Amino acid sequence: MTDLNYDKSLHLKELIPQSAIDEIEQWILKYPAERKRPPIMPALKVVQEHNGNYLTTEMMQAVAEYLDVPHVAVYEVATFYTMFNLNEMGKHVLSVCTNLSCSLRGSDKVVEHLQNRLNIKLGETTKDGVFTIKEVECMAACGGAPMLEVDKVYHENLTEEKIDKILSDIAAQHMPAKEEDNNGK
Amino acid sequence: MGKVNIEIDGKKLVADVGSMIIEVADDADIYIPRFCYHKKLSVAANCRMCMVDVSNLPKAVPACATPVADGMVIQTQTPKAVDAQKSVMEFLLINHPLDCPVCDQGGECELQDLSVGYGEDVSRYVEGKRVVKDKDLGPLISTDMTRCIHCTRCVRFGQEIVGIREMGATGRGEHVEIGTYIESTMDSEVSANIIDLCPVGALTAKPSRYKARAWELRESPSIAAHDCLGSNVNVHHRRGEIIRVVPRENEAINEVWLSDRDRFSYQALTDGKRLLQPKIKKNGQWESCDWQTALNFAMTEMKRIIGASNGDNFGAIIGNNSTTEESYLAQKILRGLGCNNIDFRTRRRDFSADDKGNVRSGLNFPLQDLEHMDATLLVAGDLRHEQPLATLRVRKSTGFGKAMAINPFDGEYNFRLSHEIQPEPHLLANEFACVLSAVAAKKDDAISAEIKEWLSGVEHNKVHSEMADELIAGEQTCILLGVYAQEHPQAETINWLGEQVAKLTDSKWGYMTQGCNAAGNKLAGAVPNQSEVGGRATLGKNAKQMLNEGLKGYLIHNCEPDVESLWSEQALENFNNAECVIALTSYDDGRMLDYANVMLPIAGNFETSGTFINIEGIWQSFAAAVAAPGDVRPAWKILRVLGNLFELNGFDYESSIQIRDELREKYEVSGDKKVSRKMPEVLCSSEKFEAPRESLGLYRVDPMVRRAEALQKTPKASTHPISISRVKT
Amino acid sequence: MANEVCFRTLDLETPWSLEAYESVGGYSSLRKIIAGELDHEKIIDELKLSALRGRGGAGFPTGLKWSFMPRNMPGQKYVVCNSDEGEPGTFKDRDILRFNPHQLIEGMAIAGYVMNATVGYNYMRGEFYEPFDRMEQALKEARSKNLIGDNILGSDFCFELHNHLGGGAYICGEETALIESLEGKKGQPRFKPPFPANYGVFGRPTNVNNTESYASVPAILENGGQWFLDLGKPNNGGTKIFSVSGHVTNPGNFEINLGTPFKDLLEMAGGMLAGNQLKAVIPGGSSSPILPAEVMMELTMDYDAIGKAGSMLGSGAVMVIDESVCMVELAARTAHFYYEESCGQCSPCREGTGWMSRVIHRILEGEGKPEDIDNLDRVAGNIMGRTICALGDAAAMPIKGFLKNYRHEFEYMIEHKRSMVKG
Repeated sequence: MTDLNYDKSLHLKELIPQSAIDEIEQWILKYPAERKRPPIMPALKVVQEHNGNYLTTEMMQAVAEYLDVPHVAVYEVATFYTMFNLNEMGKHVLSVCTNLSCSLRGSDKVVEHLQNRLNIKLGETTKDGVFTIKEVECMAACGGAPMLEVDKVYHENLTEEKIDKILSDIAAQHMPAKEEDNNGK
Repeated sequence: MGKVNIEIDGKKLVADVGSMIIEVADDADIYIPRFCYHKKLSVAANCRMCMVDVSNLPKAVPACATPVADGMVIQTQTPKAVDAQKSVMEFLLINHPLDCPVCDQGGECELQDLSVGYGEDVSRYVEGKRVVKDKDLGPLISTDMTRCIHCTRCVRFGQEIVGIREMGATGRGEHVEIGTYIESTMDSEVSANIIDLCPVGALTAKPSRYKARAWELRESPSIAAHDCLGSNVNVHHRRGEIIRVVPRENEAINEVWLSDRDRFSYQALTDGKRLLQPKIKKNGQWESCDWQTALNFAMTEMKRIIGASNGDNFGAIIGNNSTTEESYLAQKILRGLGCNNIDFRTRRRDFSADDKGNVRSGLNFPLQDLEHMDATLLVAGDLRHEQPLATLRVRKSTGFGKAMAINPFDGEYNFRLSHEIQPEPHLLANEFACVLSAVAAKKDDAISAEIKEWLSGVEHNKVHSEMADELIAGEQTCILLGVYAQEHPQAETINWLGEQVAKLTDSKWGYMTQGCNAAGNKLAGAVPNQSEVGGRATLGKNAKQMLNEGLKGYLIHNCEPDVESLWSEQALENFNNAECVIALTSYDDGRMLDYANVMLPIAGNFETSGTFINIEGIWQSFAAAVAAPGDVRPAWKILRVLGNLFELNGFDYESSIQIRDELREKYEVSGDKKVSRKMPEVLCSSEKFEAPRESLGLYRVDPMVRRAEALQKTPKASTHPISISRVKT
Repeated sequence: MANEVCFRTLDLETPWSLEAYESVGGYSSLRKIIAGELDHEKIIDELKLSALRGRGGAGFPTGLKWSFMPRNMPGQKYVVCNSDEGEPGTFKDRDILRFNPHQLIEGMAIAGYVMNATVGYNYMRGEFYEPFDRMEQALKEARSKNLIGDNILGSDFCFELHNHLGGGAYICGEETALIESLEGKKGQPRFKPPFPANYGVFGRPTNVNNTESYASVPAILENGGQWFLDLGKPNNGGTKIFSVSGHVTNPGNFEINLGTPFKDLLEMAGGMLAGNQLKAVIPGGSSSPILPAEVMMELTMDYDAIGKAGSMLGSGAVMVIDESVCMVELAARTAHFYYEESCGQCSPCREGTGWMSRVIHRILEGEGKPEDIDNLDRVAGNIMGRTICALGDAAAMPIKGFLKNYRHEFEYMIEHKRSMVKG
């Protein structure tokens, strides 16, 4: 029997921090109040971001309950749009465009270089869980082909040097904490 | 509505403005192939099969999504149309497994049928085919999702008709999968309709999986026996065995749908433990015997007990889904023997109106009207589980109208309520009286001083007042009392309130009844206060009295009062203590084996002929679809022989039709006796009473449903009945 | 002249600022409206005169589209901007959003005024984080100056604009799929009729235009429809942003007059990369049929000329292809894209895109059969015109284009099991 006093929004609140809930609430304000589904996509994005780039079934259900929509309405959205990942991903997803313009300008070499450097194949995640290489379709930056997106930033006119720099900058974020950080500065 | 003139395949037609080509063609019996289109569902236009050639349009257009226009000339057979249809057929078949020989849908498959007309014999598709993992949708529905052609009928059914989105289309492109995404059992009361909707063999009936090929089946029309709608069905059987039950279209009653309960209850007959021969208990042991021995035993015992007590110490309890003919004969025997103790209302507490007597029960407006209501007030009814298909009608009305509820339990609704009151069970009548008070406040001139006086002290609040407003403002409105209202200790007060509120707000009103034939049983006289068609009778004992007082002898027909009555414990005890219990039953199991002294095997639903009278008063007669097994006999024949054994007059029937006609003639003379309800003396008795806290439950309503294996395996069988009394804080 | 319309702030410092935009005349049309100097009929007349056509790809006349909206119908109406920019090869809207967001805001506010819509949504593709932030910043600026929001500049006119982000689906560039997506559903196109002007977002009348279309409006109203028309050719008014990518020395966006010869555009983009030979051009995004070099070099860049040559101007995405490219490979990549992006709703597209992709990939793997070519052409033909939305056509047309112009490369590969170009 369902408990009438059970607050259906609680589940999501247990999964993501209040700041993320606030962010979802901001999105909800953009749409007519009587419409429950428009915030599904933004909410899933917020949750995915807080869960290291992927969504679990539980999270999708929590979003459905929070927004008071049928579970399957959320599953449909999450499985339709390519930006939602339903399998575990690396902390940094290198989304490489391989569509026409990028392939004309050597996206195959970009993929090859990334695979060699990270020692994984397209679609795989490095053992340390830091990187995933994901093949994506055109991201509207064909003037800067070949390109990739990682952590919400577009990197255009890629060369092997540029790629190496992107990788090393990210890797640096995952170095063991430096001493001064430990001093609380 | 405006009309336009169009022409389809040379046939000149007049069509309503706004209708789609396919609707007009269907009405004119011009066939246009289709998969996704279904007249009861929204237009999806996704299969692209129904392409037709419309003059002046360069390309073929889908008939399901193209509105007619005046002067439109449509052709369904030109090369333009046929090319489009054939190419769509080719696309649909490339990923279809073509496993027709092992598919249950084979022989009645829309894809198979159309591929004969539009498909090629050799596929030009040589690439790999898509394979889709099957989903477990529970005990009722089998899935073979590789066969799915993505028409989305099943998805739209859930979304639009039921209002519960369980199925969806996840993924995209070629990877779209129809299903629930996570393993999840279908949980609605009408879920199996997607089996009928599925144009291919992706969704088939699990209980009849691999049992027979479509072309081996014979079809017999019948009436479903588990709610007061009397849904029309076709029974499909092979060599005397029921293979499955499917809906038979009747727009006025069940449209094209069927509840899961009505669809799968037949399993009790095919797979349940059937009583195949009469049995008599001797020294505590059951012994099979012939009919003569059993009937003589029953007759002797009845004579003995009735004779010794002037009819006082014997009583008959009639099951809810007994046919009208059976009830009529049962009461005819009892009353012929001078006993008026007969009743079918084992879930009623309030018999205060029994001294008046009337014939009609239920709804005095067409069921169909439920979908046109601007406002519906539901009082004490678990509509979804009691009359699943009536709910679908109410849901339709909520597309434009309002639905409101006064329900003493946490009701499950598949439509949105604009107003809801959830009283403690014993305050149900009080809450309803508050609505009358609110109506009275708005219709002061129309209220008699008597009612004003009666209502003094009843205070209504804003919600009551808004409910009243909706009922007054709407053009078409109704008040629907649910089954629980009739079980309530103040049932007659609630009925009176319903009548008053309806009168003052110009609403229609009616009450739903338990089982499929309450109206028929009442009309047949299977009640202690009146004989057939409301005839006068000495007041006998009602079900409550019979089950509580402990009689020396009982006849129980097609029911298990120890399970389904409101006094199950008392019934069990009194049955055990009785000198003789005569059971007319289809099953050889249960506690009946302990308390009965003789068991007479009766034919089940679909094995006998008879008549059910539904909530609207429609008489629906049916013939037996299959013969009963073994020595099992239709109950009307058994009762006829019993009548003869008692040497009573008027038991010379040769068919159930004769019985029906006799009753029908009497009814035509008597007509519906209109009885005005008396105003209850007080709203609430001063003594605090314990109101019922549990409903009977979706899959517990009668012996047949309780023995239907697949239904019993559904989640609803265990989560239902719902407990009552939850007050929202 | 270049960069006169949507990119007119581009040479300024912080071109995205309100200050920069106002310095080139920005928001003057909105102010005129508020002052009562411009009414909705006059605006539609100017737009019709300008011959501005939808810049998203379909090329439908904008003035006409606006006139279809039932502006006097009671209840909420919406204006929606299609910034989904998913057509491969196209990257112009991203730059409008990044570098001249205020012109889009003003264009949408004007549209809101003309069509009596008080709410607008700017639907950007999901990966547009940077443009999103710019737009949000610009909205904040505009709001603080009361250029949008309630009672704009003290008038009765209210217009609220919201930025929305998609989730990664090419199909959402189709206007009804975009509407579905905005409603929080899968981006599956609706069949028409009803058209969005009658039944759009949340079931309300809705006007959907491309970013560049809305952003062109303020400049047109400032300078007059005739001015815009004169920039281009009759029926092809104004300038258009061409996104040039592929084998050119300086890829990028070029806002130039419609009717400019292709060879001039190629020159602006720095000519062919490394001095290679031009082989072919995909002139209007990946769904436009490919045109061989010799055809292309004679064409002007406008709707009518490209259309006459058997392709489409589309979104203005010009993909330049040199001699090193194997057309079977390019066709395979194109087919794969549409296979990935079909929404899965209509049978011909759902099944047909996969079929085409599989056949071409099989040819690429050396498993092709001579009959595959005709079958491919037949399958493409069977998809065309038989689906709810234009994705079916978009998937089929380029394949038909490859087969028409480069059939010999397919035949060579089937026969020799290797590429004619790459060996």
